Amino acid sequence: MPAPVQTRVIFKHIDEPGYTNDIECYLRHGGYEVLKKSVARPPAELIDEVKKSGLRGRGGAGFPCGVKWGLVDRKSGKPIYLIVNADESEPGTFKDRYIIHQDPHQLIEGTIISCFANNVKQAYIYIRGEMPEGARILEKAIAEARAKNFVGQNILGTGYSCEIYVHRGAGAYICGEETGLIESLEGKRANPRIKPPYFPAVLGLYQCPTIVNNVETLCHVKHIVDIGGEAFAKTGTPNNTGTRIFCVSGHVQRPGYYEFPAGTITMGQLLNEVCGGPLPGRKFKAVIPGGSSAKVLRFGERYKGKRKVGADMVDYDWGVEDVPMDFDSLAMIGSMGGSGGVIVMDDSVNMVEALANINAFYSHESCGQCTPCREGSLWMKKITTRMVHGEARPQDGALLKGVADQIPGRTICAFGEACSWPTQSFYLKFKDEFDAYSEAKKTLPADRLTLV
Amino acid sequence: MIAAPKPDLVTVNIDGVDIAVPKGTNVIEAAKLLQKDVPHYCYHPKLTVAGNCRMCMVEMGMPAVDPATKQPVMDTATGKQKINWIPRPQIGCGTTVAPGMHIKTSSQMVKDAREGVMEFLLINHPLDCPICDQAGECKLQEQATGYGRGYSRFVEEKNVKPKRTQLGPRVTLDDERCILCSRCIRFSKEIAKDDVLGFVDRGSYSTLTCHPGKKLENNYSLNTVDICPVGALTSTDFRFKMRVWFLKQTNTIDIESSVGVNATVWSREGVIYRLTPRRNDAVNDTWMSDSGRFLYKQVAAADRLAAGPRINGAASTLDNAIAGAAELLKAGSVALVGSGRASVEEQFALKKLADQLGASVSLVARTAQGDKLLISADRNPNVRGALVTGLISALPSAQLTQLAADIDAGKVKTIVSHGEDLAAAGLTPAQLGKVSIIYLGTHANATSAAAKVLIPTLHTFEKAGTFVNQQFRIQKFAAAVPGPVGSTNDLVVLSKLLVALGGSALPTDVHGLWPVIAASVPALAQAAYRTLPETGLLLDATPWSGLPFVEGETLHYKPAAAAVAA
Ligand SMILES: Cc1cc2nc3c(=O)[nH]c(=O)nc-3n(C[C@H](O)[C@H](O)[C@H](O)COP(=O)(O)O)c2cc1C
Ligand code: SF4
Ligand code: SF4
Ligand code: FES
Repeated sequence: MPAPVQTRVIFKHIDEPGYTNDIECYLRHGGYEVLKKSVARPPAELIDEVKKSGLRGRGGAGFPCGVKWGLVDRKSGKPIYLIVNADESEPGTFKDRYIIHQDPHQLIEGTIISCFANNVKQAYIYIRGEMPEGARILEKAIAEARAKNFVGQNILGTGYSCEIYVHRGAGAYICGEETGLIESLEGKRANPRIKPPYFPAVLGLYQCPTIVNNVETLCHVKHIVDIGGEAFAKTGTPNNTGTRIFCVSGHVQRPGYYEFPAGTITMGQLLNEVCGGPLPGRKFKAVIPGGSSAKVLRFGERYKGKRKVGADMVDYDWGVEDVPMDFDSLAMIGSMGGSGGVIVMDDSVNMVEALANINAFYSHESCGQCTPCREGSLWMKKITTRMVHGEARPQDGALLKGVADQIPGRTICAFGEACSWPTQSFYLKFKDEFDAYSEAKKTLPADRLTLV
Repeated sequence: MIAAPKPDLVTVNIDGVDIAVPKGTNVIEAAKLLQKDVPHYCYHPKLTVAGNCRMCMVEMGMPAVDPATKQPVMDTATGKQKINWIPRPQIGCGTTVAPGMHIKTSSQMVKDAREGVMEFLLINHPLDCPICDQAGECKLQEQATGYGRGYSRFVEEKNVKPKRTQLGPRVTLDDERCILCSRCIRFSKEIAKDDVLGFVDRGSYSTLTCHPGKKLENNYSLNTVDICPVGALTSTDFRFKMRVWFLKQTNTIDIESSVGVNATVWSREGVIYRLTPRRNDAVNDTWMSDSGRFLYKQVAAADRLAAGPRINGAASTLDNAIAGAAELLKAGSVALVGSGRASVEEQFALKKLADQLGASVSLVARTAQGDKLLISADRNPNVRGALVTGLISALPSAQLTQLAADIDAGKVKTIVSHGEDLAAAGLTPAQLGKVSIIYLGTHANATSAAAKVLIPTLHTFEKAGTFVNQQFRIQKFAAAVPGPVGSTNDLVVLSKLLVALGGSALPTDVHGLWPVIAASVPALAQAAYRTLPETGLLLDATPWSGLPFVEGETLHYKPAAAAVAA
């Protein structure tokens, strides 16, 4: 079967031979034309286009972008800030960095349009500390755009001014959580804030109303304003509009990034046809569909229920391969579309060891503010590390679940979910493997991969 | 006077009981009004809400409203409005009451959540309660007993952290015990305005420390020890000295300034081990200065006058000393020097003595820069008491210039000083040599050395009485420990002097004395020691509103507002 053809909108020029990240190249490809048209339109109209587009945030939660913009407190009289979340740290996710490295002006154009639409005079790009090259590229690109009067004072002679500043993180995953990011941007430790009362839309950066959007989300805004919200909504499926970038990593023939209209491709098509299937002699065992915090799916399990198609409710009975790659379908089967990071594991992987790896990451990244996440994430890590490197006990799997169950829904930020969902789902789906690990370990090859 | 407006009330339902609470109250405080405990660590009523310990979780619901019609949705079974319960627990500290809000403080969901948090808090805790100063007053101990599971599932190695970091001259930190509630950080930043504490490292390895190059050395540093819910922050002075459950608690007042900070003396078998603040929302909230706490060291100081009364330097009995003093006083040309550190009762008795002798009275002012928090510019705790009792009618000055002139002019031959060092108040050795001094006091100084009659008396912590603070709030204190052998209660001495001079005896205990005071001091006519509220009683300050008090702003006092507040 021929592989489904990608629809590259955001990644249109990524890896295109001869395409460079300077402004001249961007302008040759029609760059900043949308901005020129946008600043001639009433801002409210632009917000309306985004609302009509149905665009959902690409940072992880899939929150409707138009609704988010609608929540911004515009009556307070305080300045409104926009922050581009370029902290991209969720393991398995590598899309924003390609936009930044290879097509930074697309992001800048999307950002300035979004700022104009929301009457924002000052925007920040908060970029992950480990991406110094990206920060340099963005600085250069902003300088180029300023020189051409697309950024800065009196943009294109309209009287509208907006600055963009690049701010580098110092290397902590929690800086991707929007309120942690805001604290960090204010020069403090990135402890996420309690909500209520600190909703960014009302009390964000410097206690002013603030919009936080993912890099990819803001790039979509440019295309929405270009073709119109309604036209945009025709791509993808209802409630899952536009294209999505899938970052496929792990045990497939052709890992990489692929852009498809949301929901029009199944997990099976993505892994088998687009990515070339499992490695020779191997079988798929498990896949995490939306970044490492998303709940794992086990090949061979079936998902049944009723779902809405148009106005009707229809039965579905899916294997992992049949699941359409969109927010709603993945949520329906108990996982999430998240950041689009698809992590594939074949039958060479021991799930206890895979979880040990994930737990090591999350326990290292918990900010440590709230008790369940801080203590739970490290406890789970200590258990899985002991299982792998020390003495495993038959009851450890059940203990892991017991610990994980005490975390989600009881923390300040969604990291509580992010760090406990892997353990909960790994144990739920691979209980046999956890319960038998103490025995199985005795026969595992000595030269298997060493783990963190 | 305009009555304070009634705060807007909001009715909420807690565990099935409706209660009206002021708008803006959080769920922990609302539940407290119903005697319901919502256990918590990071929440402190005088600090901003951090919401990080997650111990205070409750179940919360709001009345159901039909989204389309905005009409209440009724529950046919009960006939009441349906409640939409949120499926995840909410933090009580960060949840402000709203009309119709329903709260469950001990549902299964809440119990599970608390048990989870308790278990998490204990897994990396060193559990060294047997050697921990906090044991006996530790929230972790109390709430583990009240809300924990009672067994542990943790078989891993615990985290290791620094065990004895000196954060500053008075505070020692055991990081392993720290539950990362951030109270100490918020206190330093928000109340002490000295942002020196913070966490380094992440997750469960987070460690409290001072910012590079800084120390926790401000004069309020020991409040962090008070509010630390566990034994992480300890007072270097009190560390390893005494089990708190052996200590007796006695109410007292900080004597270092006119703020009148409410405090507690902790003592055992006549020995004081520490002072801590006592909550009074109108005076000091829950705070106290470090300097005020260390005043207990005066009680057993090396220069304490303890060898009994003396006449001309030779040991005497109290009765002989009184007789000797009376003889000097009867000769006339007497001046009295009272004290702004003496109690209202003592000032009243001294006033009686002055009337009996027809002698003039001066007071010694002590002023210094205030700290805008809990130490005011007036470093006497009770100048206003002397005004109220009529002992003085004008504000005192720091130097006794008039008295000095009177001595030089030969008008004064005998001085009774109630605890004031006349040399420090400006009298020269020559002037001291020209007069006969009767000294009632606690510590040795130039005046006690020059005294003809010396009668050792009691320190504030050894006697009961009242002070009138800068707000004209009269506040009482009680005797925590007995005075040293050979010392006599000031009231006893003053009463005996009165009798020796032909006056009538005064009751020498505060309860007996108060009816006498109330009968003769108009401002105190309605008051009695026994019935004074623990938080004090505001007196009418109008008679003294014209006086130029040396005061700046403090936590709950604004100079201009003083007259209005009273
Ligand atoms: C622990 C945690 C980490 C996150 N990391 C990122 C991140 O690296 N990049 C990102 O765009 N969003 C991240 N998010 C989501 C942001 O909080 C926020 O929802 C998002 O930036 C909003 O943008 P969007 O609406 O455009 O998706 C993270 C959330 C959590 C809870
Ligand atoms: S859930 Fe974890 S990361 Fe989020 S605030 Fe709490 S401790 Fe920090
Ligand atoms: S030292 Fe005490 S007050 Fe400070 S964060 Fe730790 S537990 Fe809280
Ligand atoms: S008291 Fe700590 S979260 Fe509420």
